[in-house]
Order: sequence, then C-alpha cells, then structure tokens
Amino acid sequence: MTQIGIVAEQPGETRVAVSPLTTARIIALGYELVVESGAGAGSSFPDAAYAEAGATVVDRAAAWASDVVLKINPPTDEEIGLLREGATLVGLLSPALRPELLERLAARGVTALAMDAVPRISRAQSMDVLSSTANIAGYRAVVEAANEFGRFFTGQVTAAGKVPPAKVLVAGAGVAGLAAIGAASSLGAIVRATDPRPEVADQVRSIGGEYLEVVVPEEQKVISADGYARATSETYDRRAAELYSEQAADVDIIITTALIPGRPAPRLITAADVARMKPGSVIVDMAAAQGGNVEGTVPGERVVTENGVVILGYTDLAGRMPQQSSQLFGTNLLNLLTLLTPGKDGVLAIDEDDVVQRAVTVTRDGAVTWPPPPVQVSAAPQAAPAPAADAAPAARRGLGSRARTALIGVGILALFLVCTFAPAPLPQHFLVLTLSVVIGFYVIGKVAHALHTPLMSVTNAISGIIVVGAMVQITDGSLAVQLLAAVAVLVASINIFGGFAVTRRMLAMFQKGAQK
Amino acid sequence: MIPFAQAAADAAYIVAALLFILSLAGLSKHETSRRGVAFGIAGMVIALAATVGLTAASGWQLPQGSLGLTLMAVAVLVGAAIGLWRARVVEMTGMPELIALLHSFVGLAAVLVGWNGHLGGDHLSGALRDIHHAEVFIGVFIGGVTFTGSIVAFLKLSARISSKPLMLPAKNTLNVLALVAFLALTVWYVVAPDLGLLIAVTVLSLLLGWHLVASIGGGDMPVVVSMLNSYSGWAAAAAGFLLNNDLLIVTGALVGSSGAYLSYIMCKAMNRSFLSVIAGGFGIAAPTGGDEAQGEHREIDAASVAELLTSARSVVITPGYGMAVAQAQYPVAELTERLRARGVEVRFGIHPVAGRLPGHMNVLLAEAKVPYDIVLEMDEINDDLAETDVVLVIGANDTVNPAAAEDPGSPIAGMPVLRVWEAANVVVFKRSMASGYAGVPNPLFFRENAQMLFGDAKVRVEDILRAL
Repeated sequence: MTQIGIVAEQPGETRVAVSPLTTARIIALGYELVVESGAGAGSSFPDAAYAEAGATVVDRAAAWASDVVLKINPPTDEEIGLLREGATLVGLLSPALRPELLERLAARGVTALAMDAVPRISRAQSMDVLSSTANIAGYRAVVEAANEFGRFFTGQVTAAGKVPPAKVLVAGAGVAGLAAIGAASSLGAIVRATDPRPEVADQVRSIGGEYLEVVVPEEQKVISADGYARATSETYDRRAAELYSEQAADVDIIITTALIPGRPAPRLITAADVARMKPGSVIVDMAAAQGGNVEGTVPGERVVTENGVVILGYTDLAGRMPQQSSQLFGTNLLNLLTLLTPGKDGVLAIDEDDVVQRAVTVTRDGAVTWPPPPVQVSAAPQAAPAPAADAAPAARRGLGSRARTALIGVGILALFLVCTFAPAPLPQHFLVLTLSVVIGFYVIGKVAHALHTPLMSVTNAISGIIVVGAMVQITDGSLAVQLLAAVAVLVASINIFGGFAVTRRMLAMFQKGAQK
Repeated sequence: MIPFAQAAADAAYIVAALLFILSLAGLSKHETSRRGVAFGIAGMVIALAATVGLTAASGWQLPQGSLGLTLMAVAVLVGAAIGLWRARVVEMTGMPELIALLHSFVGLAAVLVGWNGHLGGDHLSGALRDIHHAEVFIGVFIGGVTFTGSIVAFLKLSARISSKPLMLPAKNTLNVLALVAFLALTVWYVVAPDLGLLIAVTVLSLLLGWHLVASIGGGDMPVVVSMLNSYSGWAAAAAGFLLNNDLLIVTGALVGSSGAYLSYIMCKAMNRSFLSVIAGGFGIAAPTGGDEAQGEHREIDAASVAELLTSARSVVITPGYGMAVAQAQYPVAELTERLRARGVEVRFGIHPVAGRLPGHMNVLLAEAKVPYDIVLEMDEINDDLAETDVVLVIGANDTVNPAAAEDPGSPIAGMPVLRVWEAANVVVFKRSMASGYAGVPNPLFFRENAQMLFGDAKVRVEDILRAL
C-alpha cells in the first residue's frame, strides 16, 4: 500500500498541506497516511485530530521517507536530501522561476507534481491552488488594509457630522483582485479596478466594483487565450501609468495584484505616485514576493513612506488565515489525488495523455518534463462557431416564410373558388368562419402566457357549444337519432359545466403578491 | 310561436358569439380573467336557453317531442353533474389529463352529430344535398380524429400507457394514405350516400387520430394538447356548416384558431416546425453532437443549498415537468415564502414549454399560493439571470440546456432557453444524470458554477426547508 506523508513546513509558514478533514478522504482513496508530529500546529490542527481521522503521527524522518510527500512550499536542499529515491513530491514548486530546483529533484530521481502548474481549464478548476489561495489572499489584503487605515470604509451621516466612504483602487482583477473588490465593496467602500483584459469588466461590476478601462487603440487590445494576464504593449503601459498617477492622488487605499506567470511582477505604481497619495493612505502590494507592483515595497515588511503612506509587502497573506487556507489547499490536493488514483485502490498512476496530469508533472524518471505542451482554455471567447449557428436557423426560416406565403395564396384562391361556385348559404358561412378565425388569432395573441391553461379550459368549455347542434336533432323522428343526440348532449354538457367550473377554480388560485 | 322562437334564437346566437369573444379577450390579463369567464358563462347560458326554447317550441307539436325533451333534460343534468364533480376533484397536476379528456368529448359529440346528419335524412336536393353529404363526412372525420387523439393523449398523460412515441414503419406514409382514403371516401359518399361508407370513414378517422398522437412523445404534449384543442374547435365549426348554425361556426373558429395559435407559440418555443411535431418526427432525430464524456459534475447536499440560499440576494427558480411529477410545488412555495420573509428576492422563470400543458407551471404555482407577480416568463427573466446569485433548476432539463444557445450541432440548437448558466450559482435538482426528453446531453451539469442535488425534488426541497 502506498504511504503518503504530510510534512511540517519551514518555520514562518503557518499552513499545512492537508487538514484533518481532508485526511479521512485521502485514506478513503486507499492510501496509508502519516503526519509529521506538529505539522498542523500553525493552523491549530493538533496531532490528535489527525490521529482521530485515521492518520499515523510519526517523526520528521519517517514522514519524509513516505512514497508520496505532500507539502505546500518548495523543499529546501536539506529536505530534498530526506526524500526517498523514486518518491513523489506534490507541492507548490514555481517551475518557471526555479529551474534549478527541478534539476535537483530530477537528479534525486523524484517525480515532482507542481500544484501551481495546474492548467486553467474548467475540468481542473477543483485543483487550482492559485485560485483558491489567491481568493483568500485577496480577502485578507483588504482586512490588512482596513487594519492600517484609520477610518471607516463605508460612508455615514451621523449626528456628529458626515463621514465620506473610503476609495479603494484594485489593480488587476484576477481571482485575488476580484476577492479584494468583493470584500472592500461589502465593507462599503467605493471600489475601482483596472485590468488589461477588457473581458473582466463585467465580473468587476458584478461584485460591486467600477471598471476603469485603459483606453488604447482597438488593434492593440489583447484577449487572453490561457486565462492569465499577459505582458502589455508600450502604448498601453503609458496610458495605464497616467491612469495610476491620477487615481493615486484620489484614492485612499491601493491593492495591487498584477502578476504575469513566469516573470517578475510589473511595476504599476511609481515612487512619484506614492508621493502624491494622502497621508494615512494604505497600499497592499500582493505581488511583493515577485518583486512588487509598487516602487518601495519591501517583501514581507510594513514600510511607512515620508509622506505617511503605509506600504504592506506581506507575502504570507493566505497564511494569515491558516485554517481555511490549509483546508482549501488540502481539498485541491485531494482532487488531484482522486484524479491520479482512478482505481481508488491506493495506487498512484500518472496518465501522461491526460492534459492536467501531464501539466502538473514537472520531473519524472530523472528528467525535467517542464514546460508541458500548451493548453488552450475553454472559457476564452469563441468567435468562430457563432456565424455558423446563425446561418442555419436563418436558412430554415427563409424556406418557411416562402412556403407560408404560398400556403396563404392557395388558401385565398380556394376560398375565392368555393365562394364563387357554392350555392346560397355556404359563402355566408365562409365569411363568418374567416372573420371568426381572424378575430380568434388577434384575441388569443394578447393572452398572457401564465393564463394559457385557463384559456384552454375556457375554449374547451365553449367548444361544448356543439350541444346546440345535438339539441336541435333531439326531436327528430327517428329514435336512433334521438338516442345518439342524447349521448352527444350528455358528453357536451360534461364539457361545458366541467370546463367553466375548473376554470373558475383555477383563476381563484391566482393571487397577486401585494397583499402579503 | 316557432317563427318567433327561431328569430329570438338567431338574435341570442349573435349575442352569445359576442360574449364568447369578450370572454377570450378577458383572459388576456389576470385582472380581467374572472370577468372573462363570467362573460363566457353568460354567453353559454343565453345560447342554451335560446336553443332549449327553440327545441321546446318546435318539439311540442311532434309526437316524439316529449321523449326528446325528456332525454335532453336528463342528458344535460347528468352531464352537468359529472362535469361539476370532475372539475371539483381534479388535482392541478392532473389538469393536462382532464383537458385532453374534455377534448375527446367534443370530438365524440361531433361524430354523433355527423351521424345524425346522415341518419336523420335531408330535405335537400341538387348541389345543396351533395354539400350536405360532404359536410357530414368532414364533421365525422375531424370529430373522430379529435376523439381518439384526445383519448390517447389522456392515456399518455395519465401514464396509463407509455409516453414513448410509437414507431410504426413508414408512419408518415400511413398518415398521408389515410388522408387520401378520406378524400376518396368523401367523393364516393357524395355520389352514393351509404351507411357502410360512413362506418368506414368513422373507423378510418378513429385509427388516424390514435396513430397521430400515439407517435408523439410525452415531452411534446403541450403542442399535442393545444393541437387537439384546435381540432375540437374545427369539429364544432364543421357541425355548424352541417346544421347551418352560425354560432357553432363562430365558436368553433374561435376555439380552432386559439388552439392553433397556442400550438404555434409552443412550437416556436421549441424552435421546431408544427409539421415535424405532429408528424412525431423529432423523437427519432439522432443527436449529432452526442459526445458523452463532457466532464465531471459536482454534487451538493441540501444543507449547503440552504446556506447558499440564505446568503443570496436574489434567487430564481426554474421549474419543469419534474416538479409536477414530484408534486414539489407546495414545498417550493413554502421555500419561496421563507426566503422572501428573510428579504431574499425570489422569482420564478417559466419556459413556455415547461410542463405538459401550456401554462401548466403557472397553475401549479398558483395552486400552492405563489403570488403570480413573481412568476415571470422566459423573456422577462432571461436578462436578469446574469445578476442572480442562485438559480434552482427543479425538474427541468432541455429548457435550461446551454447547448441550444451555444452548440450549433445540437439537435435543439436555436431553441430559446432560460440562460440559467449565467447566474453565479446553479443548483440542479435531478433524479439521476439521465438526459432530458429530447435525449440531448446537457453541458450545464458540468459547468463550474453548477452543482447537482440528486433525489426526489419534493424530498430534497423539504430537506432544504429543514436546514434553513
């Protein structure tokens, strides 16, 4: 049976790869689970909780010697030394930024699965650590900003005077940005957001933010094909810089989330912009670990500038909510393990033909297998199939209308012939019939959809008018005719009385909500 | 006496016809709908009184008159008793069956009136006599088709027979042959009126009616029921021609065109041609883009749904036939009331073909005391779905299928659907992962924002109520 080990992170990291809640579900996949003693301490998960969930608590060396090791942060050289040869390591490995780490893992013969290399496709959403972590971090960024910001977020009018609402600028409307927009706007702030991808404008508005578009010539707009932001054009950068300086002078809080995969974070806010901010303003630079979006950010530190602006460069925002971060990370891991364990029998099987499994596998059999072949996201706007979709119904409708015109023509001609040649009472009957049909169409066309069932039962009742015909026949000389007519009267009466009664019953049920 | 009764009856018929038109017009809005029914009843009372007066005035002098009048009185009383009794006890989920059954009665009455037109003989000559014969035939034929068609629809709707479409080989040819045979028989009968021919055409029409509806599947029932509604009207109009009675013609035409219009609306809502529905062709269309492995769905439990609902600001419920089957309208109504009491905006989005009868869902929700002003049509709600926090899809499938809007290869491509997938969260109540009526796989279930709640809709909604 394959043994999975959960190891403690380096000091300073409060999270743990798997929570006790997820432990039981991993065991249900057929694995044997061991936990390094104290691994969950930072997230307030005691060893006893893991033991209760079915895991065995072991010492550091034993946990690292497992067949599969789950952790969050990239391993140190010393930790790589603890890994068994041929073991599998799952965690955040930043394969694009740390090729030397992959080399070392490959040299050790370790199969490494990078949770941060999960492709952004719908199917893999449940394993996307970056999304789940960014969501937490975005929320926490607002909380940290609120902590530093000595004022209300929401505007108030009190007996003691008016308090204006805080103005928040969020740069980058990815998962973290959207979480920050949502958190800040639910605290009552006025939230504005920027992003080079114009397609996120609706998402920003849907959670209460205002989207500030950087206006650039049409041909230079870039639509993201892989769900991540790209590096932007020169014109764009110039316009964006103007926008940021303008906003910096106006807003109270800036939260920057701009990251480009595999590259240092773009510089969005210059020192001059920071200098234009009001004293007491707060900047949270969520890209601090990748070099920062703001000039003057110190990763992991709180900096106060000369003009009294606080710049927070915390790199552990998600770790500041360790319990839920660990829980979500663990669930992402579990979903990956479920994919890798098709038999639910505790045997880890990596299928190289599966896009997701191929993408996360960054080293295997002593070789570095990163980067994987590119994957296009399903969610990108699709322009091509649309015209085809439009064309088909149009063709069908065109045919239909021609046929309909022909039919109407034939009908009118037939009516004309009948009325010309038919003897006395018929033309008059046809006149009545055609006029009634026309009236019927116009009257019914106005009926509310909700009343279609009552309409049917009323028309049902009045089509019982055929009783009139049967009644006229009932005094006929032949007994057979009389009996048949009597039966006709009987069934038509059921129709009339039943139809009207049931309609009244139905209509009595329809009530307006106003009296509630 | 008789001339006066005749004149009075003619006048009464005109008044009655006008009242019927006013009745249908009144049904266009909730506010005037009850008045509309009152107009209809008034029209019917006037028409019946005039006819009874006329029959009585002319019947007294005849030897068989007293028997006829007695028969009439008994038949009306018995019919009224049965009709009122059925109307009182019918379940609202059983409305489609009742209406289908009522249609069959009109068809039966039309057949009988037609037969009497033959048996009662005529006092006509020349062209008029031939026309009379043709009218008998047409009346019997339409009546017969309506009669058996409605009976089959009734049996299917009440699940007494399987609602699967019947697949006879060359069924379209059979239908066309029946029509050709009808024309031939009519010509023959006009030349030589014979009881045998009348029996033949009656049997032919009964068989045709049975086959037409038997080859249409359960999900197309809204179209079938309104189509039969239309036929029953035309049957009455044919009887009007036969009996030289303008009231029958007017009423029959009103009902006939109303049923045809409803069928048209239903077909438009399914993006299909009327002919393809009545020929039962849709059920056999092989799904082209039938690619099954579309991804993985996610399950959710009732407690989480309750949590989702309480934290939502706006909720839209889109019911389908599954809600009627599970009788879930009462717990759904209670859920609506509880959420509204907590300040959640709850609305309903009704697809035109949801259910087995036009407007079926509205009646069910009204029965459960859901106020009608929060029950909206597809066009009214579709643009709001993008701003909705949670959509509950209860027993609906094809009417919320994104493939209709996005996949040009889908068999239901172009059918207008409720765009529920634009909402932040979609919870689909379903018994299993099976396809809907159209047999088209539903990619909605695999969307990132969709979660499945499996089980009986009524039980699940009750679970949610408990968890609230």
